[in-house]
Amino acid sequence: MTATLDNLDAIETEISTAITATTNEAALEDLRVAELGKKGRVSLMMRELGKMSPEEKKVAGPALNGLKNRLNDAIAVRKEVLETEALNAQLANETQDLSLPPRPEPTGALHPVMQVFEEVASIFGDMGFAVAEGPDIEDDFHNFTALNFPEGHPAREDHDTFFMAPDADGNRKVLRTHTSPVQIRTMMSQKPPIRVIIPGRVYRKDWDATHTPMFHQVEGLVIDKTTHMGHLKQCLTDFLAAFFEVDNAETRFRPHFFPFTEPSAEMDVRCDRSGDTIKVGQGTSWLEILGSGMVHPNVLRNCGLDPDEYQGFAFGMGVDRLAMLKYGMPDLRPYFEADADWISNYGFKPWLLPTLTGGLS
Amino acid sequence: MKFSVSWLKDYLKTDADLNGIIDAMILAGLEVEEVENPAEKLKEFTAAKVVKAEQHPDADKLRVCTVETKDGTKQIVCGAPNARTGMTAVYAPLGTYIPGLDFSLDKKPRKLRGVESSGMMCSATELEVGSESDGIMELSDDVEVGDPIADVLGLNDAVIDFEVTPNRPDWLGVTGIARDLAAAGLGEVNIPDVAEIKGTFPCPIEVTSDDTEACPVFMGRLIKGVKNGPSPDWMQARLKAIGINPKNMLVDVTNYVSFDRCRPLHAYDADKIQGNVTARRAKAGEKLDALDDNTYELNEDMCVIADESGPVGIGGIMGGAGTASSEETVNIFLEAAIFDTLRTARTGRATGIVSDARYRNERGIDPASCREGLDLATQLILETCGGEASDIVVGGSEPVAQDAVEFKPVDMKRLTGVDMTAKRMKEILETLGFGVDAKAKLDDEIWKINVPSYRRDVFQSADIVEELIRIEGFDALPADSLPREAGAAKQVTTPLQNRVRTARRVLAARGFLEGVSWSFMDRATATSFGGGDNDALVVDNPIANDLNYMRPTALANLAQAAQRNVDHGAEEVRLFEVGPIYLGDGPKDQRTAVTSLVKPRPSRHWAGTSEAYDAFAAKADLFAVLTALDQPGERFQIGEPVGDHWHPGRAASLRLGPKNVVGTFGQLHPAVLKKLDVEGPMVGFEIYLESLPQVKSKGGKTKQRLEKADLTPIRRDFAFLADSSVQAGEIAKAAGNADKKLITASRVFDVYEGEGMPEGKKSVAIEVTLQPRETQLKDADIEKVSKAIVAAVAKSTKAELRG
Repeated sequence: MTATLDNLDAIETEISTAITATTNEAALEDLRVAELGKKGRVSLMMRELGKMSPEEKKVAGPALNGLKNRLNDAIAVRKEVLETEALNAQLANETQDLSLPPRPEPTGALHPVMQVFEEVASIFGDMGFAVAEGPDIEDDFHNFTALNFPEGHPAREDHDTFFMAPDADGNRKVLRTHTSPVQIRTMMSQKPPIRVIIPGRVYRKDWDATHTPMFHQVEGLVIDKTTHMGHLKQCLTDFLAAFFEVDNAETRFRPHFFPFTEPSAEMDVRCDRSGDTIKVGQGTSWLEILGSGMVHPNVLRNCGLDPDEYQGFAFGMGVDRLAMLKYGMPDLRPYFEADADWISNYGFKPWLLPTLTGGLS
Repeated sequence: MKFSVSWLKDYLKTDADLNGIIDAMILAGLEVEEVENPAEKLKEFTAAKVVKAEQHPDADKLRVCTVETKDGTKQIVCGAPNARTGMTAVYAPLGTYIPGLDFSLDKKPRKLRGVESSGMMCSATELEVGSESDGIMELSDDVEVGDPIADVLGLNDAVIDFEVTPNRPDWLGVTGIARDLAAAGLGEVNIPDVAEIKGTFPCPIEVTSDDTEACPVFMGRLIKGVKNGPSPDWMQARLKAIGINPKNMLVDVTNYVSFDRCRPLHAYDADKIQGNVTARRAKAGEKLDALDDNTYELNEDMCVIADESGPVGIGGIMGGAGTASSEETVNIFLEAAIFDTLRTARTGRATGIVSDARYRNERGIDPASCREGLDLATQLILETCGGEASDIVVGGSEPVAQDAVEFKPVDMKRLTGVDMTAKRMKEILETLGFGVDAKAKLDDEIWKINVPSYRRDVFQSADIVEELIRIEGFDALPADSLPREAGAAKQVTTPLQNRVRTARRVLAARGFLEGVSWSFMDRATATSFGGGDNDALVVDNPIANDLNYMRPTALANLAQAAQRNVDHGAEEVRLFEVGPIYLGDGPKDQRTAVTSLVKPRPSRHWAGTSEAYDAFAAKADLFAVLTALDQPGERFQIGEPVGDHWHPGRAASLRLGPKNVVGTFGQLHPAVLKKLDVEGPMVGFEIYLESLPQVKSKGGKTKQRLEKADLTPIRRDFAFLADSSVQAGEIAKAAGNADKKLITASRVFDVYEGEGMPEGKKSVAIEVTLQPRETQLKDADIEKVSKAIVAAVAKSTKAELRG
């Protein structure tokens, strides 16, 4: 038996060489079974141990176990090498030309007017204004009479009103010429204090470079027992600074006439018109931006409110123009054409939710 | 309203320059629209003397002039026949722009037939100051060399055009402007009283007002023996400056008084008037040949001035041609009257006549101005045309002063936040012509204030407050931010507004572009898109004939927009709009529709062209919106599409119960698209946000507790044989409802129809997910639920389990 033991070095060398020579995992496994498997050469040699004297065993046992462990280790090492080689070979075949385009996905955008509505709502919302809405098809009372436009008043003529076909009694509804009828609806249905803004579509029969027959307005209404014209001025100045995202929006109030307010004022904002685009908050020009005033006592009375007890202000502005001023669209007409290039260029990403704290735009 | 600065200065003593006047106007509410100073374009032109004018050696029609100019002595070759030695002429130096010729002179002297010429002498046409063209302008001899031509011609006078708001007709007269600007602190107002002109004989024409509502007062007088002719130069210059062509004194004087005092007048040729004159309502069938050479049909709503032959003028709007004064007129009858504003406006609209008189009369004229207007015009006529004036005759009654207005001094502070002393209030009101008791104090409850007759817009305390703050200036308003409620800002949007916001953002995130399209469309289009049958939704005066009906849907607008985009070279177009649609004209008939429209165009791709956007893609987008709105798509039934504009087989409605249709999705009907002149296929959806049920929150903001099962779910497949008409979705839904506790999902994964299937039948395979909760499912449990599933499907759809 010693002869066998004497051969151990040679056997180890032989098997080790064979392990290193394997080129794939299957061959390595075959080799492992042939040498170390149940009936493998090394296993058979270990079986001989039982027949040995204790002295012989003392020498042969550790020698054989050592051999077995070393070979197992060598196989494990070889296995890892072979696995790596196999993976590398596989990866070498798995190349892709990643300069190729992925499947196209359309990019959406929000319309600037709708975005500006949200911007305006978030600014006034912070000042405690709720958002009120109302119908586009209105009756004469809500659109005119209650707003202190008496029948035949020349101010009605200025509105270029769209009329609906007369009903059986000859009464004609109108497409609202401003969102002010919602002021009336609000005052008639809700007890002061009231703070609302009213966004919406409005209609006037006018169509040229600077007018479209449908456009968008936001109006505001505050009714309580203490709000005066100084509040009106500062509230709107605060709004403009927030809207144009400038530190300082200098405004100028000019007297004007609206049937539904008294006193009435138009508000201009200081701006720079020297370049291609208008810059708000600097420069030497003034730009008219909205109409406003203290709610006319007749309007309060028409809504069942006592003008000696209640007071407040109202204002209104064109949102399409406001969007134009802030974002630089050169022309009003494409607003209503749903032109893909225009919306993509002037529109907004859907995740841009205007908030005062997170930024309006 | 246009006026010249020199005219204003007749009544306003001021040191302010043009910019000062403009600023004061803007801050007092007179919105300046345009300022034009004719001196601007004449600033290069000065007076010069022709020292010597000689015949050109080589040209018969040219003269060589030696001219003394502000730039020294110049040699100028001139073609005008009237160029002569000793004349005073208009000199334009080299390089000057000549407005009437629209070119600039060369900057260097130029030779004309061999003789050098340095500059030009100009005609009135070349300066655009007149139309005479038979030579160069000849100035009077006392004009000195170098005098600016604008000054010499009296043209250095800016003309200001401003917007007159409907409440302030008094600004339609220069005197009214002067009064407001004086109150605004620009200077001192000085409107001399018009001297009363006593008649020397009784007026032979009697006047009456038959309808004192339509014409409260009608005054007139005869002036006999006038010699009509050109009006004085100063009057012509003023009228010209504001764009009115002078005609003759009788016409010019009425225009002048109209603009000077906002007092329209009319001058009739008295010899053409038959008998007496009455202001009365027109009779049906009456006609008038008016001054503008048109014939107008009159009706009983209109107020006319009539003599015994019939109407001779439309009250407050325009006179008749037959009684008009002319160059030859010798005896005139001068009218000044007050007409009802609303009736004048109605008549103006009905006749379509646009005149300065209408513009003033429909806004309202100082009712006390008739007599003053007549006297002023009479004085000017007598001065220029001679003649003799009669007494003034009056029809109707001269107005009495309007009631005093009750002003509550406390309203000033209450409405504006401005502290103003009683002294300042009185000062402002008095300069504006209001009458205030000198003893009035700030803590009086009420001041009785007399309103001047020319102010037709002041009725109550707030109107007085407006005058005070307007003149004081809005800069005086305190800068008070609105008081904030304690605590953080609260939610102010409504559930519907939040739905709009969410739906828009979901669609944009899924690649849709948001459009905004007209609320109106062609009625014919509305009809093919499920509406068009409601006369109440017709726009009576549409901006265009194809925008005459309130839309029942935005689909047609978006389809047309998509086509426009494709025509401009776009590939696939995905549009959406969230906006109103109209089911009727009542306040509750408007709905908020979320509408999508896709014009599919599968893009070629190196890994294979993708599938075209179809009804299922639309369903996916629709369900994404619904999911975002907390409306799981499975809660809705799938029904027939509503409206003939949908493809009958490739579109479906979404319903909650048999009546409530919340939306429709799928492919649009090819025939309807063809009619709309757009190219199909087009696919989209429409949902009505108001029709979706409210999401009820159970007990605040806490989320439902997550019941996460520890045990592994089991999936079982079932194949059913169903009639072809059965909705596969119904089979999955019925299976899912067989045991709501155990079954967590049920979905169709295969549908097969055709070869191997019985006629009219299809196979629908579903996968059902069972989620055991506390203990593993035993075979018996699974058997039991399987039976329940088969039974539920059979009951709901008559489908049978395939063997």
